[in-house]
Amino acid sequence: MSTVNPPQTDTPNMSTPVQPAAEAATSATGVTEANGSHAHPTDWLYVKVAIALALLTAFEVFTYFESVHGWSDTALIVMLVAMMVLKFFLVVAFFMHLKFDAPIFWRLFVFGVVLAMVIYMLMLTAFRYW
Amino acid sequence: MADVLMSEAQTTDEAHHSSTGLSNEKLAMWVFLGSECLLFGGLISTYMFNKDRIGPDDIGPSDVFDIPFTSVSSFVLLMSSLTMVFAVSAITRGDLRSNRIWLATTAALGAVFVAGQVYEFTAFYSEGLGFTTNLFGSAFYALTGFHGAHVTIGIIMLMSLYVMSLRGNLTSERAETVEIIGLYWHFVDVVWIVIFTIVYLFPQ
Amino acid sequence: MSITQRTITDPATIGTEDKLALPAGPAVATRPLGVFSRPQGSEGWTSWLFTVDHKRIGIMYGAAALFFFLVGGAEALFIRLQLATPNGSVIGAGTYNGVFTIHGVTMVFLVIMPMAAAFANYLLPLQIGARDVAFPRLNAFSFWCFLGGGVLLTSSIFIGGWFQNVPDAGWFNYAPNSGVLFSPHKGVDFYAVGLQITGIASLVSAVNLIVTVLNMRAKGMSLFRMPVLTWMLLITQFLLLFALPVITVALFLLMFDRLWDANFFNVAAGADPLLWQHLFWIFGHPEVYILILPAFGIVSEIIPTFSRKPIFGYHFMVASGIAIGFMGWGVWAHHMFTSGMGPLSVAAFSVSTMFIAVPTGVKILNWLATMYRGRLRFTTPMLYAVGVVSMFTIGGLSGVTHSIAPSDTQQTDTYYIVAHFHYVIFGGALLGLFGGFYFWWPKVFGYMLNEAWGKASFWIMLIGFNFTFGPMHILGLQGMSRRIATYRADEGFAFWNMVATIGSFVIAVGVLMFLWNVFFSTRAWRRAGKPDVGPDPWDARGLEWMTASPTPEHNFDTDIEVERFDDFWHRKYGRNEQGRIVRAAKAEDIAHDGSNTNVHLPSPSYWPLVLGGGISLVGYGLIFNLWIAALGLVFLVGALYGWCLEPADDPDAVHSHGAGHDDDDHSDLHSKPVAAEASHAEPDPDPDSQNEAVSSG
Repeated sequence: MSTVNPPQTDTPNMSTPVQPAAEAATSATGVTEANGSHAHPTDWLYVKVAIALALLTAFEVFTYFESVHGWSDTALIVMLVAMMVLKFFLVVAFFMHLKFDAPIFWRLFVFGVVLAMVIYMLMLTAFRYW
Repeated sequence: MADVLMSEAQTTDEAHHSSTGLSNEKLAMWVFLGSECLLFGGLISTYMFNKDRIGPDDIGPSDVFDIPFTSVSSFVLLMSSLTMVFAVSAITRGDLRSNRIWLATTAALGAVFVAGQVYEFTAFYSEGLGFTTNLFGSAFYALTGFHGAHVTIGIIMLMSLYVMSLRGNLTSERAETVEIIGLYWHFVDVVWIVIFTIVYLFPQ
Repeated sequence: MSITQRTITDPATIGTEDKLALPAGPAVATRPLGVFSRPQGSEGWTSWLFTVDHKRIGIMYGAAALFFFLVGGAEALFIRLQLATPNGSVIGAGTYNGVFTIHGVTMVFLVIMPMAAAFANYLLPLQIGARDVAFPRLNAFSFWCFLGGGVLLTSSIFIGGWFQNVPDAGWFNYAPNSGVLFSPHKGVDFYAVGLQITGIASLVSAVNLIVTVLNMRAKGMSLFRMPVLTWMLLITQFLLLFALPVITVALFLLMFDRLWDANFFNVAAGADPLLWQHLFWIFGHPEVYILILPAFGIVSEIIPTFSRKPIFGYHFMVASGIAIGFMGWGVWAHHMFTSGMGPLSVAAFSVSTMFIAVPTGVKILNWLATMYRGRLRFTTPMLYAVGVVSMFTIGGLSGVTHSIAPSDTQQTDTYYIVAHFHYVIFGGALLGLFGGFYFWWPKVFGYMLNEAWGKASFWIMLIGFNFTFGPMHILGLQGMSRRIATYRADEGFAFWNMVATIGSFVIAVGVLMFLWNVFFSTRAWRRAGKPDVGPDPWDARGLEWMTASPTPEHNFDTDIEVERFDDFWHRKYGRNEQGRIVRAAKAEDIAHDGSNTNVHLPSPSYWPLVLGGGISLVGYGLIFNLWIAALGLVFLVGALYGWCLEPADDPDAVHSHGAGHDDDDHSDLHSKPVAAEASHAEPDPDPDSQNEAVSSG
């Protein structure tokens, strides 16, 4: 995982690298400023996000096999949806940089996601699906 | 004429100015991804609506799904998002070689996912679930196949980037191109996060 | 930097045929696949095929839409002939199904939408003071893809014999009527494939225009200084962006059902055909606003100009447009009140439908308030605009009656519905678009259309329109069902049907008078030695009038800086000591004369045409033979790679900016001084947006 290490400053445009040790767990400090325009998270932050994603996935699959004794299907679905939303958020916010990028991207994408959810859930509701 | 040129010279600094300060391409990609939400939303809700509309003896989700297998391939796709951000991160700092490695890794992981999907489809088919067998079959193959087509297009784009990089056309000045294709790739990944949960993990 | 770019010196191409050719310096030919040189120049018919100029693309959209309008109009006349008398036998019942279906599909998808796209393409960059759209080649692709889809749909009329393979399940194509069982010929395949292709075109165009408005505005052109037309077009593009995927899903499922025996709408396999209705109308209701909002925008440009007043309540006007854009998503099921959704759904959608009348009413009131105590000039565009306000109000009021579910239950599938949507789509959208033709004709072509012929054709059209569709209210309330090929003499429908048929031919006369007017005005202008109409013949308000007519290829000589809403008008007029508004400057003195030849413009390209053609081939292949589709796919992939490897602009254009820009947004469409030295090769455009735009189909 050599490339996960902080970058070499071989291009003039780039910012000063931040040592991994200096990067706290919070995203605020897991971010370096580049070009003074917007911030880029570091590779170590990505790894942490990926670990979180892996753990969540493992837990999701775990619920399938163990079906968490005594939980009703509804409770299980709520839990799965919660984990799904969390994973979705992690990828979108960190890997797709929405947390660090211009707010307009965030608005555009969230509008699409929310619209899709509202519209299609309304449609299924009209079918008395739930 | 001279004054025209003068006034142009004065506005030169603005020449590369875009109203939002963002690049057109990246904005276009986000606009497009917003639209894609409606597309996959429609297919996912169609699946949810149709998966149980099968006869009592018909082959259904619980008869075919192989959760351990799909979990592994889902995990592979999830991790390809990590390698994708490494690729973006590498090219941003000008490390072209690492960029190539991570691009290739991402494409390879995507290919593993698609191969897993092909295997899964053949396995389901041999168990008696064809595209035309019943509503579950139609909806399942349409949804996952459509997603698989998106992954395949993503792989082609990543490989194109890889070739461009080999030929020296992908330098850190063009980091944004990698970032934009990365956005597409991550989007395909988050769609799979949703599909994996709703299609495979929800109690049948 | 890019090996796809090789600089060759070819002085012969400089400044000879193209007055806007690149400034001094070597010309560049790029051979993206090592084979073709890049198309050059802006004259001759081939330059139209490869153009990426938003104005030419707009003109082509308009011309194509007018052509399809004549096709769709002819189909309408057949419908009216068949229904003119009881027990009509002009065309058979089967053909009748095909004719009314293709009439609806043509008018909605191939006439109103591309006509609006014509105005969007031509005017939107001008109104925000930009040189072109954000992605000029994608813009060209949108047009060719639309044309390919339109040709595919229209060719269904004659492929395999006249009306043998035409879609015949209604424009909304309800399942299970659209299934192979009830429509065994290839008609619905044409529908499913053709609309997916035009959908790709509209989606790409929507992405392009949204980015253009968000990113390419002139300095000082904040969102709330944009003209109302720009706003309405922007909202339309957002509606397209989010609505098209929904119908794409539906068409996709339908295509699988028909071509590869899937079960999505197969009732025998347990499917619920209502799914189609929901998906279709989730798209279909925003689509209604997609059709009408551009016309609202056009009216909002015409009425202030000819009332000599600023638009009344600009912010309300914009806000009501946005409100329509949002609320349009929550009313779709009012098309389905009789489908058995259950009382709760019906009640909910009934209420939301009543609410959406409010922002529309705001618009009507604002137009009236704009005209109130204005110095009205009833020119042809103004007549059309007033026609929209009045006719749309009638259609809107009959629409409100539909929101009341019990009443709608009575009216569903009768001619009352036909009357309603023709009042809003013909009386609203189409009249508005025709008004736009008259209004912007001098800007686009450099001469005015004849006012006398224009006014005459307006009145003929308006009278014919009311005689055609007015009686349909009565017929509907009498109980005449829509989509029936004949009716009996004793049903009492004969008189008003005859009136409607006569009216439809009066409309046809009005349309022919418009075409004659175009021919007549062009000839008169040519005979008069092509006099200059001036930049601003109507004393109008938008930035598009601040440049020469016809618009020079580079739009504006210099970058514009905007200080307020209606900036151009405020440059022309000021207040004197008494506070009265007086003319401060002549339009000719303010407007750019188009003499700047040092503007670097996006270069023409083959690939949009090849890509659009490839997609159309894939479409035919899906319907007839997959080998054709494979061939189309080859074109498609080749075009995509050619496209991506070709720089968006000719690469050695003079660049004023130094190194350090790593983003290739096309904002270098802004003018550049000649003297600048520094240049870096333009990075290739990223291949992603094109790729996915295709994949989403």
